[in-house]
Amino acid sequence: MLAFGIRRLTISLCVALTVSIVAFFLLHMSGDIAQAIAGTDATPEQVSQIRVQFGLDRPLVEQYLNWAWGVLRFDFGTSFYFRDQVTTLIAQRLPVTLALGGISLLLALIISVPLGVLAAVKQGGWIDRAALMFCVLGQALPTFWLGLSLIIVFSVTLRWLPVSGSGTWAHFVLPSVALGWYAIPAVMRLTRNGMLDVLASDYIRTARAKGLRMPTVLFKHALRNAMIPVVALAAVQFGFMLGGSIVVEAVFSMEGLGQLAWQSIARQDFPVVQAIVLVLAVLYIGLTLLADILNAILDPRIRIA
Amino acid sequence: MTAQSPSMQAVLPSRRARFDKFRRRAATNPSFMAGLVVLVVIAGLALMAPLLGLHDPYAQDLSRRLIPPIWHAKGTWEHVLGTDKLGRDYLSRLIWGGRISLLLGISTVIISGVIGTGLGVAAGFFGGRVDAVVSYVVTTRLALPVVLVALAGAALVGGSLSMVILVLGLLLWDRFAVVARTATMQVARADYVAAAQAIGCSTSRIVFSEILPNILNPLIVVATLEMAHAILLEAALSFLGLGVQPPLPSWGLMISEGKQYMFFSPWVITVPGVALVILVLAINLLGDGLRDVTAPERRN
Amino acid sequence: MALLEIQNLTIDIPTSGGLLHAVRGVSLSLERGKTLAIVGESGSGKSLSSLALMDLLPRRAVRRADALRFNGVDLMCATERQKQDLRGNRMAMIFQEPMTSLNPAFTIGDQLCEVLLRHRKVSRTEARDRAVMLLEKAGITSAGTRLGQYPHQLSGGLRQRVMISMALMCEPDLIIADEPTTALDVTIQAQILRVLRDLQSEFGMAMILITHDLGVVARIADDVGVMYAGRLVETGPAAKVFTTPGHPYTRGLMDCIPTPGRTKPGERLGAIPGQVPNLVEELRGCAFRERCGQSRSACGESFPDLWLADDHRVACLSGQSAENAA
Repeated sequence: MLAFGIRRLTISLCVALTVSIVAFFLLHMSGDIAQAIAGTDATPEQVSQIRVQFGLDRPLVEQYLNWAWGVLRFDFGTSFYFRDQVTTLIAQRLPVTLALGGISLLLALIISVPLGVLAAVKQGGWIDRAALMFCVLGQALPTFWLGLSLIIVFSVTLRWLPVSGSGTWAHFVLPSVALGWYAIPAVMRLTRNGMLDVLASDYIRTARAKGLRMPTVLFKHALRNAMIPVVALAAVQFGFMLGGSIVVEAVFSMEGLGQLAWQSIARQDFPVVQAIVLVLAVLYIGLTLLADILNAILDPRIRIA
Repeated sequence: MTAQSPSMQAVLPSRRARFDKFRRRAATNPSFMAGLVVLVVIAGLALMAPLLGLHDPYAQDLSRRLIPPIWHAKGTWEHVLGTDKLGRDYLSRLIWGGRISLLLGISTVIISGVIGTGLGVAAGFFGGRVDAVVSYVVTTRLALPVVLVALAGAALVGGSLSMVILVLGLLLWDRFAVVARTATMQVARADYVAAAQAIGCSTSRIVFSEILPNILNPLIVVATLEMAHAILLEAALSFLGLGVQPPLPSWGLMISEGKQYMFFSPWVITVPGVALVILVLAINLLGDGLRDVTAPERRN
Repeated sequence: MALLEIQNLTIDIPTSGGLLHAVRGVSLSLERGKTLAIVGESGSGKSLSSLALMDLLPRRAVRRADALRFNGVDLMCATERQKQDLRGNRMAMIFQEPMTSLNPAFTIGDQLCEVLLRHRKVSRTEARDRAVMLLEKAGITSAGTRLGQYPHQLSGGLRQRVMISMALMCEPDLIIADEPTTALDVTIQAQILRVLRDLQSEFGMAMILITHDLGVVARIADDVGVMYAGRLVETGPAAKVFTTPGHPYTRGLMDCIPTPGRTKPGERLGAIPGQVPNLVEELRGCAFRERCGQSRSACGESFPDLWLADDHRVACLSGQSAENAA
């Protein structure tokens, strides 16, 4: 178990390192960054001055090592656009994105897990069919279009909720629905199929043979086992949601990491972009690690072996 | 898979018989048939777009801006789905936009399918160190936030349709690799592959004539799902202004251009949005149906 | 009054090929403290019959019976709640697959105590004490530490001992053991059977033992029922069925077992020619007649029910001649 953990951790660190290299070199090999910062009407002198000022005249490897050394001390460099510490910018924006992702995940789980259980218990019934149709339809809805449609219905027509921003809890309702929607089909399918497998298993028959009441059979004996893969999926989905929040934040003009990334890409503000790519990747890697740990806690077969 | 007997010919019915069986099962699968019919209609419209006598999708007419669709009181048969902010015919743009979505979906899947299948088959067939390296590459790819990297990539190389296809193709191969790897491992353990190796068939021969045909079914299912994924991503990139560039009638771009008018003319985003949902729904239904149809028959 | 009374039990299962008549009219009764062995090959309906008593049949299966009485309770009319109160309490079951019959997510102790806590007003400690006592009786050493372990840490033989202890937690009136040793190694099989027999006589429970192993029957059973194609073709005291089998199928089964001393090396063991009939079709007359050496035209018309003695029943026309001869 310990050996496995160490191996797993080592691989995670290597992946993070690889992502940092990929992010850095992709952005730096793609064009003249100094020209981009200076703008199209800058003189050649201004451009070369900027090149020296930002250390862009150094070899790429040296630039990378400098940057990586900074990252290890939580120094992601300076934003070309804001002329401010990237770390500060990220620290300001990250809470909004984390809150958005967290609420969305919670919303998705609250809807999809009970629905999945119900669909499995009443397999073939109308709830099951409706849930499966909902899944197929859910997967086909583009997040940004769902967001815009939600705005038209709930903000413009019904005037229940604000159109955009991230100031109060009310600002989080529609974006969370739009983002959480995306995770519902996957979680629901996994819950349903897991429950179906478990309900057909021998140990559920044993539980019934003991004379246990149906709620005990379903919620103690069945759900506990069916939830093991769902917990892992939820952790991974949270990672996807943080990445996917870029679209939702753009639609709802939320002051989060995603919107910062979008605007920075448009402004060619590379230090910010590569920092956000790395932060999101590291969060994702951390979440997959967490998924493995949760798996081990929930499944005694993994925990002890 | 373990129950496969040494000779393929002895176990599997002829290609013809298999196809007949596939057709019979497909015809009774409602999800497959619904997806297929809708997709054929969309593809037919898109392919025949130049022959349909539509308005020029790029022709602007500022005197006829934002005409509502026909179901509105002010709609006209001249522009069945209305016009956009520049007076361009929405129906015509929608159908030409379908060409973009389909072209993008298919091209992206070809690129990502080749990359992913290649990596997956190599990992599953050679195992050991090759497998470890491929698994590592897949893990790394999964750690990259797709939307963000696709946005950054499209912004770097410039947002032409072919560049968007290239960027998405280089990103969306992970599921192909995972599925191809698992399927190859199962097939490679089957006796007929061992037999082929024993009689000295070359590796490339084994891969192309024994392994690929036998892992094709799950890969086609992945291809449909990834095609839907690619079409949605392109729409999102174009919506964010970093994908396909104007004046191309990409559906994502149409929604983006309509965004500022959506409060007074909601149909400017409803029409392309619904088109997107129908197309993606049809592809997903086809994929789900295909998975059920090609899955081994369950007992009882 | 008999502990268990079954009259004309039928089980139908809808399949893609048509309605499968898996059990076609089984009647039997069982006294307190007695062991009844039901033998038959796979698909003869013996496992389904036992699941039907517990009402644990697959969801699609349809159960019918003229009477199904346990301890004076009519099981056909009982509510789900009443049946839940009986299961694990007055009637308990041991399954064929010890490897998969325990929940992997909970400890042995939790799963054992759960039964007693569900049916009796006892404290956790009392439940735990009883679990330890039963595990020890079932031949598990250091039972106390086993309680904290998970199923995957135990071997198949140990798990089956746990299953037996679990069935005994409430000291039921009836234990149903569905091929309890089939999935185990031969050496373990004998131990498990001994444990089962010892505990059964110690607690004075009745037992229905489902098996296809006639050797097991000879060692444990008071009575035997032989099932073929969803019907009981012969019932009677084990001694009588073994010494004077009345049904050709029973005789065929016994010819299949080699007996040390009597079977000479190199001698051909008996085998029953032919196949089990398709249970989807309606069967008229004796289901065994296609494979039977003594069949005659009358076998195709009636399914006879003959008493060879007042406790030995045979469903075969050839029994008539035996009866006359006797």
